[in-house]
Amino acid sequence: MWFLTHTWILPALMALSFVLILLFGKRLPRKGSEIGVVAVAICFALSLVTAGSWWNHINSDHSESEHAAGETLGTGSAVAAEHLEEPDPAAFDDVQDGCSRVVDEGAVGEHTEEAGHSEGSDEEHSLALTPGENASGTAPPAAGASQAEEGEGHATTKPVVRCAQWFPMGLEGSTTITVGTMVDGQSVFMLFVVSIISLLVHIYSTDYVNGDRRYTHYFAFLSLFTASMLFFVLSQSTIQMIVGWELVGVCSFALIGHWWEEKPNSDAALKAFLTNRVGDMGLLIGMTVLYFAADRSFSILDINIMAAEGEISHGLLLLASCCLIAAVMSKSGQFILHTWLPDAMAGPTPVSALIHAATMVVAGIYLVARLYPVFFEGLSIAGSSVNLLAVVGATTAMFGAFLAFVQKDVKKVLAYSTVSQLGFMVTALGVGAWTAAMFHLFTHAMFKACLFLGAGSMSHACHHSFNMVDDYGGLRKIMPRTFWTFIIATGALAGIFPLSGFWSKDEILAGTGSFVGAEGANGTYHVMLAMLVIGAFGTAAYMTRAIWYCFFGEYRGHGEPHESGPRITIPLIVLASLGAVVGFLNLPKEIGPISFPESLHTQFEQFVEPVGRYFPEISHASFNIPLALFSLAVAGLGVLLPYLYYWKGGLAPLRNLSERNALARVGKTVLVNKYYFDWLYTDVITGFVKGPLARAANWFNAHVLDAIVNGVGKGAVLTGRFVYDNIDQEVVDGAVNAAGTTASETGGVLRHLQSGRIQQYAALFFAATALLAGVFVVAAG
Amino acid sequence: MLLNQFLLLAAILFSIGVYGVIVRRNGVLVLMSIELILNSVNINLIAFSTYHGLGGQVFALFVIAVAAAEVGVGLAIVLLIYRNRRSVDVDALDELKG
Repeated sequence: MWFLTHTWILPALMALSFVLILLFGKRLPRKGSEIGVVAVAICFALSLVTAGSWWNHINSDHSESEHAAGETLGTGSAVAAEHLEEPDPAAFDDVQDGCSRVVDEGAVGEHTEEAGHSEGSDEEHSLALTPGENASGTAPPAAGASQAEEGEGHATTKPVVRCAQWFPMGLEGSTTITVGTMVDGQSVFMLFVVSIISLLVHIYSTDYVNGDRRYTHYFAFLSLFTASMLFFVLSQSTIQMIVGWELVGVCSFALIGHWWEEKPNSDAALKAFLTNRVGDMGLLIGMTVLYFAADRSFSILDINIMAAEGEISHGLLLLASCCLIAAVMSKSGQFILHTWLPDAMAGPTPVSALIHAATMVVAGIYLVARLYPVFFEGLSIAGSSVNLLAVVGATTAMFGAFLAFVQKDVKKVLAYSTVSQLGFMVTALGVGAWTAAMFHLFTHAMFKACLFLGAGSMSHACHHSFNMVDDYGGLRKIMPRTFWTFIIATGALAGIFPLSGFWSKDEILAGTGSFVGAEGANGTYHVMLAMLVIGAFGTAAYMTRAIWYCFFGEYRGHGEPHESGPRITIPLIVLASLGAVVGFLNLPKEIGPISFPESLHTQFEQFVEPVGRYFPEISHASFNIPLALFSLAVAGLGVLLPYLYYWKGGLAPLRNLSERNALARVGKTVLVNKYYFDWLYTDVITGFVKGPLARAANWFNAHVLDAIVNGVGKGAVLTGRFVYDNIDQEVVDGAVNAAGTTASETGGVLRHLQSGRIQQYAALFFAATALLAGVFVVAAG
Repeated sequence: MLLNQFLLLAAILFSIGVYGVIVRRNGVLVLMSIELILNSVNINLIAFSTYHGLGGQVFALFVIAVAAAEVGVGLAIVLLIYRNRRSVDVDALDELKG
């Protein structure tokens, strides 16, 4: 429990590492990389312990509810003591009690007003009622024999929420913006994913970017990125989510542009950042809408509960979902804002693995998953057959896979593959297969990181080239470890049984609920199933093509390639192993006649999926053997056709098809030009803004605004001149001059009196006296 | 009438004094003419004191004292002017002309 309430240590540790590397990195023997590696290793260990704590937490919830409640109260006492000093009840908020689906209205008040740890009293109610509701309501019919077990196991998951007041907001501080941690299965598993990928990438980077001129800076930003991502996944409020979201964006910008001396790299960084800004507008608007919709609350839990309980109007939820989808499109590289992601491959390869394959780009997926009730209710996912989220995802999954065919750069193949796989996850969320999306996120992080690191390993061997068509070839014998890990990860990506991708992809396909015989899904999304199958076929095919160019045939580059060192190959081996086996974490309950024991099936689902009033009651599609065989056959076909084409020289009609067939030529041109999205953005939109629009604005400025300004200026000048000529010169100066002239002329007249001759004065004096005397005499007489 | 004759004498003296002050060019003679004016006033004061008490005589004594001081200052000025300009011509002293 201690680890669940103190998860803030993880991002804080990484942030500390960032500061330490910046301050002291250059003076250390290994230039600061050791700080980063140690910090992230501690984080990884903590995430493992946290995961264990969470497993205990959810398992002890229903079996030892009394004990758990007591423990909760005990650990909460310190917080509660602080709470007493703090008059604002929202300052410290443990909302464990707000998770049970069935609580009376008083408990809702308790939840919002009393911030303490009033847990346990509702425990029995939720236990008693939730399974029944599951059984009668939308429970998966396929749950079968273990349904009762599952119902009890999923009675309700209680997220552990801790937060501190950040600052009050609004009239009389009516809203308090909080920052804190919301720990549940979803965030715990993301902690694990982020920290393990980050750890392996750190280790890998010590070799890969060795000798780089900004080695220290690079590790500092890896640390900051990890801190931001951990901060983001632990978000307790939507404000905190926005902050984390922007922080990872900034780190992504810095790391893509790591080698900014070359113009394309800094352009790619700018493109990534600016494209994300477009989606960020959607994020801000969506979060604002949710804030007002949820009765002025930023708390994710509040929003989720209110959305799930129907206290927010459908229209508002729809609006918020659509705005947030724009954010997802930009961050998670969905059509039509995906264009930055392939360009972001300009960054160092470990960064591509960490940010653009495994962690940051799934921030969008995570956002949707975190606020899932908003989307589930807003888009009416259940019982429907089409919605915006699913359409965006499926389009991306299919068209992204096509784009990977025409790439020469192995990293770009993987980038489009990432776009496509993220499309799978978004589709899964869009069709209600929440757990499948999370599971695919999990497996994809492992094998895609492995693929990217493998590509980096090849580039490391082949003089830092990523051009697999011109510079690679025949690396199978030279780089056996890279080859085998790459093959395993490719198999996982393509969905080959029994590697991890098979299980997660199959879950998504089943989740569309439209395959014949598929049961228990939330809706029937026929179009999405078709698009995903095409995408899966494409995935297998382009990866087989990439393998041909990388590992088979003759070496086409120059120099002598060599296998990479252990700091590169060990992360590859770890990731490939994980990518091979993590699929077993979420085995279905039964495959045809084979039933798995309870301790083996759906472990991931039990670990991650929230159950309670803050999460919609999604149902889970059952494993469908025909569908699994079908998707396996599609993947097999996807491998087989390129195999025949490249290895065997078969499929002769397809060779140079684009030179003979107009339709194929058009198709290839469109693909090579990436569906003209870059052209649309840079030439059409930016061009319009830069060209006609800017000229029109300039004309308006020059002719209208300037005319007004000039007119006002001229009017002022004329008025001024009139005032100067008539009032200033004539009236004011005239008065002043007149006074001066009068004084001067008077003086001119009077100056003759002052002759300087004393006798004249005396004569005047006597004359005046005589005169006055005469006057007095006359007057007195 | 004795008083009339005194007053007539004083008037004649006063007129001679005024004439001297206005017309004479020699600074010393101007001072002497001022003395004549003052003394004509003294005659008047003493003549009237016969009818109005001794105040006139006392006042005449003050006038004589003040006249002595005035002549002292005036002669000093004339002496300095003479040293500077080798002349005591009052008409030439018109530096204060406006």
